[in-house]
Amino acid sequence: MVDRSKVRVVIAKPGLDGHDRGAKVVARALKEAGYEVIYTGIRQTPEQIVETVVQEDAAVLGISILSGAHMVLIPKIIKLLEERGIKPNEDIVIFAGGIIPPDDAEELKKMGVAEVFGPGTPLRTVIEFVDRAVENLKRFKA
Amino acid sequence: MTLESLIQSALSGDKKAIARLITLVENDEEKAREIIRRIYPHTGKAYVVGITGPPGSGKSTLLDKLIKLARDDGHKVGVIAIDPTSPFTGGALLGDRLRMQRHSTDPGVFIRSMATRGSLGGLAKATNDAVKVLDASGYDLIFVETVGVGQIEVDIVKTADTVVLVTVPGLGDEVQAIKAGLMEVADIFAINKADREGTEMVYLELKMALEFERDKWKKLGWEPPIVETTAFTLKGVRPLWEAIKRHRKHMEESGRLRERRAFRAREEVKTIIASTIARKVEERLARGEAKELIEEVVERRLDPYSASQIVMEKLKEDLWR
Repeated sequence: MVDRSKVRVVIAKPGLDGHDRGAKVVARALKEAGYEVIYTGIRQTPEQIVETVVQEDAAVLGISILSGAHMVLIPKIIKLLEERGIKPNEDIVIFAGGIIPPDDAEELKKMGVAEVFGPGTPLRTVIEFVDRAVENLKRFKA
Repeated sequence: MTLESLIQSALSGDKKAIARLITLVENDEEKAREIIRRIYPHTGKAYVVGITGPPGSGKSTLLDKLIKLARDDGHKVGVIAIDPTSPFTGGALLGDRLRMQRHSTDPGVFIRSMATRGSLGGLAKATNDAVKVLDASGYDLIFVETVGVGQIEVDIVKTADTVVLVTVPGLGDEVQAIKAGLMEVADIFAINKADREGTEMVYLELKMALEFERDKWKKLGWEPPIVETTAFTLKGVRPLWEAIKRHRKHMEESGRLRERRAFRAREEVKTIIASTIARKVEERLARGEAKELIEEVVERRLDPYSASQIVMEKLKEDLWR
């Protein structure tokens, strides 16, 4: 298993959604599990989120969105990441949470989001997912 | 990407490469050595300002305004925001960046969050190296933000050219703690949230404490100003920025900057030697023969001082490897 304390996770809230309890709960849980978590705060633009991922050299990006704008904002984030040469599942693990209908979740997964967690997902599930998913990243494989 | 090409990219300002180098100096001691060796000739242009103070004093919000003021003056600004690693879980929640996020997309600003990862002095062990990476990559003004309350968190002096101590009214005993530890360390005092009640009292307490050191400051040619700030507005922070610029001018013109950097270089070399030795000692003690030696100590056949002599003899070989 990858040493969690060397894995940096960005938890971001894009768009105009101000409901940050879920994001903070997940951020805290990941910290308690031993990860280094950078929380961006609310009302982030896709550009701000991508810049944060770049500057923090994050291995994981968790996107929290409850406003319904996920099919606009998440693909935009992925596109900007790819433009910076950061490929989902190779260079970064992207997961999303909040209010995202299953059909949209499937669409997002095709675009590179590794997992979508709905409300009520046990925190342990998220942690176990991150543990497994980071093992496939280039930087931890060497 | 090879290490060499990564370094080249960083030196030419590529943020992804800069970020990766910082990760490497944080995680990999061998690579850190190689990286610092390569980039060191490109460092020396950055001026480092340390911002320290108790949690809740508004350092990050102040910093958000200071970044803007520094950018307006034409600087390329680097920020290292440090938060503590949990001693129980090894994890960290790095939330300083949140207050400065509007600067994330400014090409002339680089913000990096770091966790202390077990270091006790308020800084992460790799902070100095991260500062060098930013310095070499073209950031000429670097802020290092850290939590500091008392005597333990004085590592900031070993990194910064100017140290700003931020405090707020209404902290009560914590002002005492600050006075106990950080009075000697700060070049500038900022009373933040100065619109609140209790500001005057803090001002007087600090002023009184500084009086004791009056002779020292006179000799050094710099009396630490006590600046009142309200981090809501640029106007509220401008006096602090002006004080920082004045202090920098003083440091440069008086020759104290050179002295401080010499002190820092010495401390840095000392720290590297100490941590290298500590590591080699751990490696030695983990070996079979060492375990037998320790058994001898437990069984009272050998005293700890004699045991340590034996280990140190062996250490001589280790150090040259």
